[in-house]
Amino acid sequence: MNNNVLIGYKKRDNFVDRLTGTTKLIGLIALSVIGMVSFDTRFLLVLTVGSLVLFRLSGIRFREVSFVLSFITAFSVLNLAAVYIFGPQYGVHLYGSAHVIWQGIGPYNLTWEQLFYEFNLFLKYIFTIPLALIFLMTTNPSEFSSSLNRIGISYRISYAVSLALRYIPDVQKDYRQISKAQQARGNEISKKGKLTHRVKAAAQILLPLIFTSLDRIETISQAMELRRFGKLKKRSWYAQRPMKKNDFVALLGVAVVVLVGIYLFRVNGGRFYDPFN
Amino acid sequence: MKKPIISFQDVSFQYHSQSKPTLHHLNFDIYPGEKVLIAGPSGSGKTTISRLINGLIPTAYPGQLSGKILINGEPAEKQTIFDLSLKVGTVLQDPDTQFVGLTVAEDIAFALENDDENQPVLQKKAHEWAQRLNIPAILNNHPQEISGGQKQRVAMAGVLVDEGKILLFDEPLASLDPVAGRASIELIDGMQKQDHTTTIIIEHRIEDVLYKPVDRLILVDQGKIVANDTPEALLKSGILMSLGLREPLYLSALKYAGVKLDSVENVDSIQKIQLSSAVAQSVQSWVKPQTVTAAKAKKTPILKIKNLSFSYDSRPILRQLNLSIQAGEMVSLVGKNGVGKTTLSNIITGFLHQNSGSLDLNGESIDDASIKERADHIGYVLQDPNMMISKNTVSEEVALGLTLRGVNSDEIDAKVAKTLKVCGLYAFRHWPISALSYGQKKRVTIAAILVLDPELLILDEPTAGQDWRHYTEMMSFIRDLNQQYGITVIFITHDMHLMMEYTDRVVVLNDGAIAYDDQPMKLFANLDLLKQASLVETSLFTLAQRVNVAPERLIASFIAQEKVGRAHE
Repeated sequence: MNNNVLIGYKKRDNFVDRLTGTTKLIGLIALSVIGMVSFDTRFLLVLTVGSLVLFRLSGIRFREVSFVLSFITAFSVLNLAAVYIFGPQYGVHLYGSAHVIWQGIGPYNLTWEQLFYEFNLFLKYIFTIPLALIFLMTTNPSEFSSSLNRIGISYRISYAVSLALRYIPDVQKDYRQISKAQQARGNEISKKGKLTHRVKAAAQILLPLIFTSLDRIETISQAMELRRFGKLKKRSWYAQRPMKKNDFVALLGVAVVVLVGIYLFRVNGGRFYDPFN
Repeated sequence: MKKPIISFQDVSFQYHSQSKPTLHHLNFDIYPGEKVLIAGPSGSGKTTISRLINGLIPTAYPGQLSGKILINGEPAEKQTIFDLSLKVGTVLQDPDTQFVGLTVAEDIAFALENDDENQPVLQKKAHEWAQRLNIPAILNNHPQEISGGQKQRVAMAGVLVDEGKILLFDEPLASLDPVAGRASIELIDGMQKQDHTTTIIIEHRIEDVLYKPVDRLILVDQGKIVANDTPEALLKSGILMSLGLREPLYLSALKYAGVKLDSVENVDSIQKIQLSSAVAQSVQSWVKPQTVTAAKAKKTPILKIKNLSFSYDSRPILRQLNLSIQAGEMVSLVGKNGVGKTTLSNIITGFLHQNSGSLDLNGESIDDASIKERADHIGYVLQDPNMMISKNTVSEEVALGLTLRGVNSDEIDAKVAKTLKVCGLYAFRHWPISALSYGQKKRVTIAAILVLDPELLILDEPTAGQDWRHYTEMMSFIRDLNQQYGITVIFITHDMHLMMEYTDRVVVLNDGAIAYDDQPMKLFANLDLLKQASLVETSLFTLAQRVNVAPERLIASFIAQEKVGRAHE
């Protein structure tokens, strides 16, 4: 926990790594959209397995992301609980039937329909998170910005995105150093402090973090202007890579998945797969 | 008569964000092929001059400009920052933050990318300049994988790709260790000689820049040019000290020895300075046989580090390290960048945890103590003050540690007031911290730690970014703390003068273990050890060799005299 590795791009040299940033970006967007829209559990299960396999192939080691994962897991659980609290009957409403497992108080009973609905949500979380992590950790930021630029986004925005990606590890490092320095001043954020105190203490870190980040942005933007960034309407990219055969194969694969998703809408007569009726 | 390549004619400038002008009626010319050093204390306006030359004023810093600036004979205000960037290449102070590309090659090609050159050209130029600056092996490396000196070479390559420019260096030595700094000065010199590039260096460390000859020295103080002449003439005039700048050590030594500089030739270089037999004799008779003071009687160790090992990303950084710090000591911890000095202090303070080995504080193990528990005894001041400051005003910031410890408010007020007075910050107590200079911020962070009454203080590069006057103030302040309150101090530093004059013990970290642990003077007389610590021999060493006295004795005499001098101030 103390010395864990930071999230960010690292050259890994495998099939996923070698795809161009454009391919990975299109893949991430297309798969996320179809996965978010569809409630066909069979389809979501296939996506989840596929995304976990891809994660494995991408060569990212679990300990690199364990911190972020634990964070996201906590939020997902919280989210699922909230869905139940605010709409305990939503599943029943969706599927139009009620198989009660446990009769609670008022609307707060437990039905197979609600459980099934939340299981679908759960699958959506599990399949998007590995995809997003793969994207973040296997895309060379400069190469990615050249790809963004190629699909028609202004190079200023593209470059800003790549700088942001590139500074993720630095900001994480700063965050850690600042948080440790705050703890040394007496802000007990370690497990020995009380929870309420720890939350308040975490807020204290934001101000120095913002200041150091602003400083960094100011210097880098001056350094860029001094070397003519922004002079012309377009610029060239040292890191640009041409699309290769693998990229087209991957994009074809993504297209097939998306088409299957859409085809399932027709088969199911809507976004939902209903095992109850 | 050649035409000047840069010409300032009655130039005054005031930032919009400030109430008073920063520069007043500057007049100076720089000629093609010249190498000029612009020096001055912090806040003198020297950085503002560089911003006027490269166009950051008015693009990034708007303000009121009067007078005329000509660059290549054309008025600067009619040229955009982009036009100017083809004429003036700027290497900024911190090579870390100006590294734009993700790899060395991309960074070198960055300016050409912005000119929309095609890929083969980018690749060819990047390789060519990497070759010329001797960094072809790192072309595909990321910025975090290369050293500070290499980063500076990349930065230079990145501006040199547009050929035939004026080169402008903003404090090129600020973030380099002495060895890398010297290499950088050599490189700048080589470039200037080979291509007759006009070179402007902005620095306050005059002796280090003069390691290679400079044509002209322009001194700036309080927004005015106070001198503009050859280094030889200005060094003889003794003006540097009156501006709060350090003069070269060997010249101070000669003065201490009673030598009149007027009669000495080539005073701007320790290699070339003419040391007649009369001069040599004065020095020899000034150097007294020093009785090397025996190491102080061993007191109780305050901190004991036993068999400490640490690795990062399965790369070993510290291996079985043993070190013991005695109560009341002032110790310098030195070694080249990335050798693990900061890692070691992070382990001592609990920011990181060792893989094996143990730490004792006052005889008790602190291996299981949290950061906060350790901080009740150990104060750690990070190198970058911005990473520590989290409150708006000076007194709030200094009070933070006490507030968080639940001390009652009367006691807080009393303690904060006392600490602020000790640190010379009392007048600023209601100031917003954002209005303070870098050096003042640094002092605020030290005050914020001191208020907690630490027994052991660890200071990471306390004197970085400070000119001589502020440096002296800060260091005598820390020495007073040590002498009056008995606080133990560990400095992490590259500053050889700090080691010599303020600490009794130097610990050199090399290859994960301790390579030297003794008095500073012996280290400075041992060239092999200096190299391991990424330090260079001082000009005092060279002077001693040239007049045939033992370097150790000359350095000791020099330090003794400096201390006497300071006591009389």
